[in-house]
Amino acid sequence: MIQLEGVSKRLGTKQVLEDLSLELPTGLTTVILGRSGTGKSVLLKHIIGLMHPDEGRIVVDGEDIASLDENELNRVRRRFGMLFQGAALFDSLTVGENIALPMREHLRLEEAELQRRVAERLSWVGLEGVEDMKPSSLSGGMKKRVGLARAVAIDPAYILYDEPTTGLDPIMSDVINQLIRSIQQRMNVTSVVVTHDLHSAWKVGDRVALLHEGRVQFTGTPAEAETTSDMIVRQFIEGRSEGPVAAV
Amino acid sequence: MSPDSAPTRPITYVWGRVGDWVADVGRVTLLVLETFRNMVRGLRSTRLVIDQMHIIGVQSLMLVLIVSLFVGAVAAVQAAYQFASVVPLKYIGSVILRSVIIELGPVLTSLIVGGRVGAAIAAELGTMRVTEQIDALEAMAINPVRYLVVPRVVASIIMLPILVMIANAVAIFGGYVVSVTTVGVSTHTYVQGLQDFFYMKDLMSGLIKTLFFGAIIGWMGCYHGFRTEGGAEGVGVATTRAVVSACVLVLISDYVLANVLFRFIFAK
Repeated sequence: MIQLEGVSKRLGTKQVLEDLSLELPTGLTTVILGRSGTGKSVLLKHIIGLMHPDEGRIVVDGEDIASLDENELNRVRRRFGMLFQGAALFDSLTVGENIALPMREHLRLEEAELQRRVAERLSWVGLEGVEDMKPSSLSGGMKKRVGLARAVAIDPAYILYDEPTTGLDPIMSDVINQLIRSIQQRMNVTSVVVTHDLHSAWKVGDRVALLHEGRVQFTGTPAEAETTSDMIVRQFIEGRSEGPVAAV
Repeated sequence: MSPDSAPTRPITYVWGRVGDWVADVGRVTLLVLETFRNMVRGLRSTRLVIDQMHIIGVQSLMLVLIVSLFVGAVAAVQAAYQFASVVPLKYIGSVILRSVIIELGPVLTSLIVGGRVGAAIAAELGTMRVTEQIDALEAMAINPVRYLVVPRVVASIIMLPILVMIANAVAIFGGYVVSVTTVGVSTHTYVQGLQDFFYMKDLMSGLIKTLFFGAIIGWMGCYHGFRTEGGAEGVGVATTRAVVSACVLVLISDYVLANVLFRFIFAK
């Protein structure tokens, strides 16, 4: 279980998160929606300890990660996998080495077992036989899938997705959405997906949270989001420039 | 033009720059301490260190060979010009030897390698920073200082003295070629000059300095790479800063180390 309690964060002169509280239920996929610049990615980086809140607590399995030292924080991070917006694959390593890296660092595996697991993770994302390719020779969709294979390399309990479908064509976006669902079912993980792609949100989300001006404006199921009378949520879902939220 | 730019508010601008400089010194100090803290675990990844030794050392070799050959050649031409009718040419080998192994070899090689390697490290780590690869390392519970900084700094410290020894030999050879072919010194005279005035402490002082220069180059490249912000422009800025700061610090530390080595350690 991940709980965010009264989290505030200021970056420069901008208050990005303000007294934000949110609960991310175990075993479900929660989609965090919001306009660009509302702090969705900042929130994700707080959950994995890449950023620290000015105020508030981020509790992962009962531990406030803001109060942990580096070793303790790394122990918590080993329960996470993260797919970055641009996949963040290491250019200097092959696809296979990228996926093997967290296993080499944290698991004591024989080389043969390690290679078997790399091949298995690649098969999960539909990319068999690309172990020796360099990330620079992959398409955007392939990079995301390799990033996803790396995110699940050491059997995480939580997977964080930062804009998983941004920059992909509709067909590849659907492939990624299906992979998010299939991995959630295969590994029974708790997933957090940050996106402004509503199609993706409805497809992968068990629950939806909408961020507005640094706070959580709405939480509920996708069905509840579609029928809510909250005007801010309605404006976002219907994609209107007119409404309570100023377009510019 | 920003409100605090130099022409409009010079005192505010200078004060701001001093503040930035102090903050940089503090952050570099923290990076150095963090590197030492992660040194033992970082050195276990021998493959990473060897890869960096190849990139920093082997791939710099051709550049170092060309530059040092001409450094020695120029040193011979300059020595012959300045000796004219004042100092016997039999000392030309001695002058080239001592100027190369004490100063020219270590400092010029460090400046050249500092430019090439400092820029390469800053550009690589800067690109990793802006493409979230360093965040990805942290998210995977891998310490970026251990994984990225330790191998680069250690490889710089190991490879720079090796490059300098090669550069010294090549520069002395370059000086020999010019001395024999254009100045009119015989091979025997040149070699005799080398033998008469070779002191081990000269060679050692040069090599000791390069250990520090190697560390400076590695740390400056890593520091500015880690601090990169923005996109391609930020990588360019980080690369420039890495090269400039590495070269300036090499020259400043050369002065400090020369004083320490020749006034205290090798004084007798």
